[in-house]
Amino acid sequence: MRSLIDVIRAGRTVERHHPWPRVAVDGDSWLAVAGLLADGQLSLRGLWGEPSRVHMAIGAEDGSDVCVISLDCPDRRFPSIAAHHRPALRLERTIHDLFGLEAIGTPDSRPWLDHGRWQIRFPLGEQRAAAAPDAPPYQFLAAEGEDLHRIAVGPVHAGIIEPGHFRFTASGEAVVRLEERLGYTHKGVEGLMAGSSVERAARLAGRVSGDSTVAYALAFSQAVEAAQQIAVPPRALWLRALMAELERLANHLGDIGAICNDASFALMHAHCGVLRERVLRAADIAFGHRLMRDVVVPGGLAHDIADAGPAAIRAALGEIRRHFPALIDLYDNTASLQDRTVGTGSLNPALARQFAAGGYIGRASGRNHDARRKPGYRPYDVLRFEVPVLDDGDVNARVWIRIREVEQSLSLADQIMDGLESGPVRVPLQSPAEPTEGMAIVEGFRGDILAWLRLDGDRIERCHLRDPSWFQWPLLEAAIEGNIVADFPLCNKSFNCSYSGHDL
Amino acid sequence: MRKLLFQSLFRQPLTEQAPRPDDAALAELAAMVGDSARRRLGRSLSIREVDAGSCNGCELEIHALNNAYYDVERFGIRFVASPRHADVLLVTGPVTHNMREALERTYHATPDPKWVVAAGDCARDGGCFAGSYAVVGGVSAVVPVDLHIPGCPPPPMTILRGLLALLEQVDTAIAAR
Repeated sequence: MRSLIDVIRAGRTVERHHPWPRVAVDGDSWLAVAGLLADGQLSLRGLWGEPSRVHMAIGAEDGSDVCVISLDCPDRRFPSIAAHHRPALRLERTIHDLFGLEAIGTPDSRPWLDHGRWQIRFPLGEQRAAAAPDAPPYQFLAAEGEDLHRIAVGPVHAGIIEPGHFRFTASGEAVVRLEERLGYTHKGVEGLMAGSSVERAARLAGRVSGDSTVAYALAFSQAVEAAQQIAVPPRALWLRALMAELERLANHLGDIGAICNDASFALMHAHCGVLRERVLRAADIAFGHRLMRDVVVPGGLAHDIADAGPAAIRAALGEIRRHFPALIDLYDNTASLQDRTVGTGSLNPALARQFAAGGYIGRASGRNHDARRKPGYRPYDVLRFEVPVLDDGDVNARVWIRIREVEQSLSLADQIMDGLESGPVRVPLQSPAEPTEGMAIVEGFRGDILAWLRLDGDRIERCHLRDPSWFQWPLLEAAIEGNIVADFPLCNKSFNCSYSGHDL
Repeated sequence: MRKLLFQSLFRQPLTEQAPRPDDAALAELAAMVGDSARRRLGRSLSIREVDAGSCNGCELEIHALNNAYYDVERFGIRFVASPRHADVLLVTGPVTHNMREALERTYHATPDPKWVVAAGDCARDGGCFAGSYAVVGGVSAVVPVDLHIPGCPPPPMTILRGLLALLEQVDTAIAAR
């Protein structure tokens, strides 16, 4: 079998693509990479389209050695990766929906984001088509057996959450099959970005997934800076990391409480909600917005931290340090709560590895991966932190990973504020004559976010943003199997995949 | 757990003072709600939240309404699981084409009298997503809207002031009859 090195040697390395190589290959090499993915020698980090080209980001299992493989497909067809490596499946269905590029040999040709409601087909493709007036209804996968019943849930759910549809097939209480149908919040972000200014695209990137607005703005900005080969001032880098850790803290605190709440343990929810609110208020004082939206911009920061910011953040961190240990004890010592979380929704480590699942989902199932470590970015190379990993893969493990990460983020935030240098927080962007390409992988609270873009002057020609949820949602279908229907909210919350980030 | 519960008895409550209802919201409502209220709500509102395509930012802040600082239930405002139980639909996001039918069906499943509150800048006119092939536009492009709460996302206190204005207006409209 051909190795990745052979594939790269046989291909043509594209110029002005930073910081990792992009290699244009032929169909045989494309399929050779599919084989390497199927063998587990490589991880799939992303798969996206252009009007007559497909790109695939790959890397080593530990997150290093990122590389983009590109295949021109002038006849609008490309060999299916999903036929060999299932994690590519929904991404391929999306490429077909958006660009009209057909994956030859795909095991599933149903649409994914296109629900037949857009009035056009292939909205980002070369040849747009009018939507079929009466598209056939979506065919859910079959589950056969005696006494099975189906439960349809959503897109409007019972709680204050995002829309999506879940189709359960159950035998009595036990879930036999769960099939997700997503795409309800598809807003056409990549279509809006194409041709827009960098500033407008940055605002859109910060609105892909509301809970990860800092992480998305960071991924997008780093990709722009990579494309233009710009060095951001150290103070901006450190403040970005501070915001990213505050975002992680707020989300993890919210999640820990919400998971317990889905096991009807409201006390944890109430206390974690207070701590989360403290973080958001400190962020508001420090950066002028509770979720810190539109502060990270290409070139640095829109503005420096407020004078009262560091004290407010330190007060919030102190509050968490005082109260969180008692909450950990409460979680650890409440048997009725543990009864719900231990052994529930177990995710097999082999599946987590196959899908290269990031974030607490991967780390709770034995995957030692954190984009802050590998491929890594500044300033995390000089900060001390641990990446917690567990092997159990159940709801309990996903709670504990979050608990440990709260502790790590507290320590990181302290280190950042202690080491913060004075200086400027922004450098101007350039307007290069030739198109340039850049990419970035950033660790959001949920996992690794990939941003890839091509700039033409000060305009975005094409930008693709890949949410960690793409490789996590399918695993929820696997984790719920054999669990009781009533445990689905608990499992779902412990995954906390993004709908909007996925649907884009 | 006993210690935590015991401490809660003696700690000062975290809950914020009740804010004044939002003046702009009151003005918008005076024009919109009018005489539509047909029964006394007993100063309570049941809200069904509908995400019609938002980025989830608004949901985070709506969630925060339930925390100890804002404690929205003290005003008789609570979030319910079904539109059948709701007086108010609190809708977020630009309405996507893929969510349009779900929003319409949720609206029709809500019994009269009902009010629709559009939360967030996207819910007003599609926000930064307006013009996309996948987006219909603001909430009012699909269902009639009684009140807009601006912001990206609106902070919990802003949402609370808007909802209090709605509560007050509904009450006055009924008392005047």
